[in-house]
Amino acid sequence: MSTQKMHIDSYERNWMIVSAVLLVLFATAVSVAAFGLGIQVPAPEQRVDPRTVATDPNSPWSNPGLREVAPGKYDAYILARAVPTWEYLPKEMTIPAGSSVSFYVTSSDVQHGFKIQDTNANFMVIPGQVSKLTITFDKPGTYNFICTEYCGSGHGVMYGAITVTP
Amino acid sequence: MNQYQVSPAEKKFIGSHLLVAILALAVGSLFGPLQAFEHAGWDFYPYLKPLIKSYYQGLTVHGVLNALVWTTFFIMGFLTFNVIFGLKRPLKNPTLNKVGFWLMVVGVVTAAIPILANQATVLFTFYPPLKASWAFYLGLTLVVVGSWVEGWGLFMTFYAWRKENPNERSPFIAFASVVTALLWQICTLGVATEILTMLLPWSLGLMENVDPQLARTYFWFTGHPLVYFWLLPAYISWYAMLPKQAGNGKMFSDTLARLSFWMFLVLSTPIGIHHQYVDPGVSPTWKFLHSMFTFGVFFPSMMTAFTVVASLEHGARKNGGKGALAWIGKLNWSDPSVATQLLAGILFFFGGIGGLANASYNVNLVLHNTAFIPGHFHLTVATAVTLSFMGISYWLVPYLTGKKLWQPKWATIQAWTWFVGMIIFSNSMHVLGLLGAPRRVPLGLAPYVPAEWNSRLIQVGIGGAILFVSGAIYLLVMLKTALNKETVEKEVEVPIAESMQDPANTPVWLDRWAPWIYGALALIVLMYGPVLFEMISNIALNAPGFGKGPIW
Repeated sequence: MSTQKMHIDSYERNWMIVSAVLLVLFATAVSVAAFGLGIQVPAPEQRVDPRTVATDPNSPWSNPGLREVAPGKYDAYILARAVPTWEYLPKEMTIPAGSSVSFYVTSSDVQHGFKIQDTNANFMVIPGQVSKLTITFDKPGTYNFICTEYCGSGHGVMYGAITVTP
Repeated sequence: MNQYQVSPAEKKFIGSHLLVAILALAVGSLFGPLQAFEHAGWDFYPYLKPLIKSYYQGLTVHGVLNALVWTTFFIMGFLTFNVIFGLKRPLKNPTLNKVGFWLMVVGVVTAAIPILANQATVLFTFYPPLKASWAFYLGLTLVVVGSWVEGWGLFMTFYAWRKENPNERSPFIAFASVVTALLWQICTLGVATEILTMLLPWSLGLMENVDPQLARTYFWFTGHPLVYFWLLPAYISWYAMLPKQAGNGKMFSDTLARLSFWMFLVLSTPIGIHHQYVDPGVSPTWKFLHSMFTFGVFFPSMMTAFTVVASLEHGARKNGGKGALAWIGKLNWSDPSVATQLLAGILFFFGGIGGLANASYNVNLVLHNTAFIPGHFHLTVATAVTLSFMGISYWLVPYLTGKKLWQPKWATIQAWTWFVGMIIFSNSMHVLGLLGAPRRVPLGLAPYVPAEWNSRLIQVGIGGAILFVSGAIYLLVMLKTALNKETVEKEVEVPIAESMQDPANTPVWLDRWAPWIYGALALIVLMYGPVLFEMISNIALNAPGFGKGPIW
């Protein structure tokens, strides 16, 4: 009973080797993109109290908007909310081409999403957490940002726009 | 050999699972096409107002009934059948299994009431601080607990069989079914913790606020292995039944089939954070580690693809099949149970590729919560799993009821219409996602939809219409079969593909349970322990709930 050896057919062995090599290749590609090219996912930034984040005068989200922190460098404090209505504050922003914008997004009620079309910015917005991602806008145009997580009946109308001027 | 006859009472018990499953599918599937039609600009929801208040109430019904109720009931019924038939012995304690089943039924009814009353329009992910009626969470808890109790009944039966047959290899279908039930017990600890420590006391007013990030992490602890709980029963059929039905083929490798089930048990849970790559409160280190392990769980699926195709090919060549691919034509395509499962397998290939893209860490930045995701899981749970379960029911229902399958020709049409409808629906959803369309949005009304999405949105509606027809044919075939006056001459033969090698030659370590269970638990502690420890020690219960009124 203890003499059985594991029998693997040669075709099957080759298939398993090819599968393993493929998966290692994929994992390598993802790792190179993450650590070589710096295409990274969001990291913990800051925690806030969702009950007061929009009203506390010391909270940047009590006065959401775009702040220029250095020439061509901006911080965008954005509040996502479903109550009293589904919207981002601010809804519209304008920046010159070549600007680098760090987005700091949080929610004062339920979970939301934040996806800027035609960019790599796409993340969850969770009450109590601040989501941060930095994007450089080189091409002029209008970039819609849309809500990508169900947040109630108005989820589908929740969006805003960034205008990048030449 | 022991010729155990599955008793009429056992058949009735298994059949009751299928009955609930198919009723859930019937109601849930009404709403799927309504979402698809809305995308194409044909919005029927205003006409449903007296009954269904919104698109999202419809989407909740669709998700909960199809993804949770249809699957769980069908699976528990099928696993119970496999254990009894595979081990050729009755359940050790049938009363325990009955208690489990009725807990599940009570749970479904308890959760269905608030959903239909528009008090739980939180979709099937129910992320807090969306707040549903307490009855919704209580109902879900009862369904999960009921499925645990049924699982314990299966474990006790397997243990009793082992005591009676200390030196035999466990029959594959029973072995694989018990592994599936075990995977479910381990992985549901996440959602059980989420509901019992937060959502249920919170919805009952015993707790004021919750920590939404921690809740999401508990949810996805269960959410990913849930996919394998759906998939493994289909794999059991593909490995050990389909080759027999499709051309009297034998299972290519009993050894690797068992090894792949163990790998699913060990690897499917400690990878859940790949659903949280873009969550703000989880560190990128853990996201990256979970992504690497996710590539690992792809390996047993690749092994499954090989063994299943090789087993089918074995039968087809015996029947005169030739060529590199021409043998596929020799498979028994005229049997609807075969056609459904072969077509399900073909679409699952594409579902697997899409899944790999989702799981690829930073690639997910492009795909997260876009229409690509429902496009993907309609190939996996809604085709690989659902179409296979339909195929299984084409022989299992006649077996259980003794009634002849009504019009097998219509069942074959059902298989092909599902295949075609799903290709159109899913392909256009994938493309829309890549173009940036979000999921869970009535895109027919969204103000930001660019003109380039329009042709794809129409295709979503066309695909949905074909799927609606296919679903209706399935229900018709099931109903007419249940009412069929024509009975089968003798009991339907259960298709079992014997292994090519004598299972007695399968290494004995593949029939040992403890090392694999300890391995699975150890890996969970390693991959989730530090994440959960940090989150729980820094818990911030500060998010109040929002529900009916402001939200829906």
